[in-house]
Amino acid sequence: MRYPILEVRGLVNRFGAQVVHDGLNMEVYEDEVFGIVGGSGAGKSVLLRSVLGLRRAQAGVIRIEGRDITQMSPTQLRTVKAHYGVTFQEGALFSSLTVLQNVQLPMIEHVDLAAHELEELAMLKIRLVGLEPDAARKLPSQLSGGMIKRAALARALALDPRLLFLDEPTSGLDPISAAEFDELVLYLQKQLRLTVVMITHDLDTIFRTCNRVGVIVDRHMEADTLERIVNNPHPWIQAYFHGERARTRLEHPHGA
Amino acid sequence: MSTLLDVHRGEGSLELQLSGEWRALKMPEIDAALAALDLTGISKVVIVADRVAALDLSGAWRLRELVRQLASQQIQATFRAAEPDQLRLVDQTLSDAAVPGRPASPETTAAVDTHLEVAIRRPLIDIGRSSIRFVRHLRHGVAFLGRVSVTFARALLQPHRLRPISIARHVYDTGITAIPIVALIAFLISVIIAYMSAQQLISFGATIFVVDLVTIGVLRELGVLLTAIIVAGRSGSAFAAEIGAMRLNEEVDALIATGVDPFEVLVLPRVLGLIIALPLLTVIADIIGLMGGALLCRFLLDMPLTQFVDRVNEAIAPTTFWVGIIKAPVFALAIALAGAYRGMQVRGSSRELGRLTTVSVVQSIFLVILADAVFAVLFLELDV
Repeated sequence: MRYPILEVRGLVNRFGAQVVHDGLNMEVYEDEVFGIVGGSGAGKSVLLRSVLGLRRAQAGVIRIEGRDITQMSPTQLRTVKAHYGVTFQEGALFSSLTVLQNVQLPMIEHVDLAAHELEELAMLKIRLVGLEPDAARKLPSQLSGGMIKRAALARALALDPRLLFLDEPTSGLDPISAAEFDELVLYLQKQLRLTVVMITHDLDTIFRTCNRVGVIVDRHMEADTLERIVNNPHPWIQAYFHGERARTRLEHPHGA
Repeated sequence: MSTLLDVHRGEGSLELQLSGEWRALKMPEIDAALAALDLTGISKVVIVADRVAALDLSGAWRLRELVRQLASQQIQATFRAAEPDQLRLVDQTLSDAAVPGRPASPETTAAVDTHLEVAIRRPLIDIGRSSIRFVRHLRHGVAFLGRVSVTFARALLQPHRLRPISIARHVYDTGITAIPIVALIAFLISVIIAYMSAQQLISFGATIFVVDLVTIGVLRELGVLLTAIIVAGRSGSAFAAEIGAMRLNEEVDALIATGVDPFEVLVLPRVLGLIIALPLLTVIADIIGLMGGALLCRFLLDMPLTQFVDRVNEAIAPTTFWVGIIKAPVFALAIALAGAYRGMQVRGSSRELGRLTTVSVVQSIFLVILADAVFAVLFLELDV
């Protein structure tokens, strides 16, 4: 039996009368890449926000490395936040800080480091995600879309988390940059033994990187291995994986 | 001894047994443990890393630093078993190889500053840069004024381009909602003038002139000036922040791409709205100011209200009210232009937004006071 590094049980999220999640369950195991899929408005972002502790769910248990974050005080939650990394859809880099300062920010907040260590460790992370050293001194507004995603990834990896959340990591990238980013995520996942949870719409990304996929349908999650989820009889899942755009990938699962 | 490091001392050699969590969050403890190593008389260090519970990239980097530091002290460092994989990853990352999607890059060399450069060239370069920047800002300012004028002229020819609904919204935002604070300030200021002047004039038995001071002071100068300064703080900053945030969200670009002139929908309605609102606010400030003066005269100087009104009629010339109110549209123009101009300059970061909002308030207040000084000289020459 593998150990779930992230476990969600009976999650309920409501906005007024609108029920987004109604008893949603999810497990993510160590060393896997778990993809979260769902239609627009199905509650992918709400799920992510609940798991990150940005939103208190109406009911349910969320365990990160075995500890229930829904019962935690803000101080306890802070220590949990040092153990995972997140990248947001638009990067969410702090626009008034350079890339280097962006990467250093979580380090400064959580660890007491000497100045040269701070500098060199941040630089190590920047180079780890494939950015040039001179990108470190640039402001986010001076970066291209692909570089912003990489810089956001460097910031997410600042404290060497074991658990990494990626929200739409390849959205807004051209197919070549998106494929490069997928390769980067796979490389880092293998090298750093990361557990990756990603929200994505990109079928290429799902087929290239994910071991297991959770689909949010009817306010619940259907999770399975990639091979089995494509044969799930639910109509939305069928439409998603067997639509016109998906068919070519099923025939050639790992690219041409 | 720390739980991260067990040291076994041999003949001229050390054996470092790593244990526990070598992770980023433990860095201070790791640093402390390594700093406590006594390296005197040591020529060889053996690192045993196979019993470490967790070794992340930061921990591996610190080990690599240790090996490098030992090498610089002529101490040979070896690993008992194979080097941990994480160290290989650190080397790989720092050596330009193997990270997907990274083009090979030439090393950047830092320029070395000579003494001469620091002493002479730098200040010269700074002076040159700031002069060019000043001229460029001036040109941009004039160009901005020109575009607003052209947009206004075009809108006059096609009145639907004046966007009356948008103007009405700005009259509401900058005018109606400002009434309470403007009224309060006008009241307090006239009370202060009346009180201060009464204290002085009472010794001459000339307290009736308190009415002259309050009336002329409020109507000619203070009513409009204070109202303009409040509006500059309230609305000038709001203009800069609203337009600036729209620039950061690329909303302004979206307008241009849709074929809509941002000057027409963002700048002009704000300018015209404020030009309408500020004179009206000034009228309210004047009324409340006179009321404050009357109230103080009634209760501090025991002057009946009828006497106050009579004295007001004697004190003011037919032009006194208009001399104050005529300044209001000019002040409004200065405030709205400064706010909108700085807002349109925002690009890149939220810090820019904050900086330019501040600049817009400082500049619009400066422009208001400058215009007031020009008016003072002008009215003196015209003898009104």
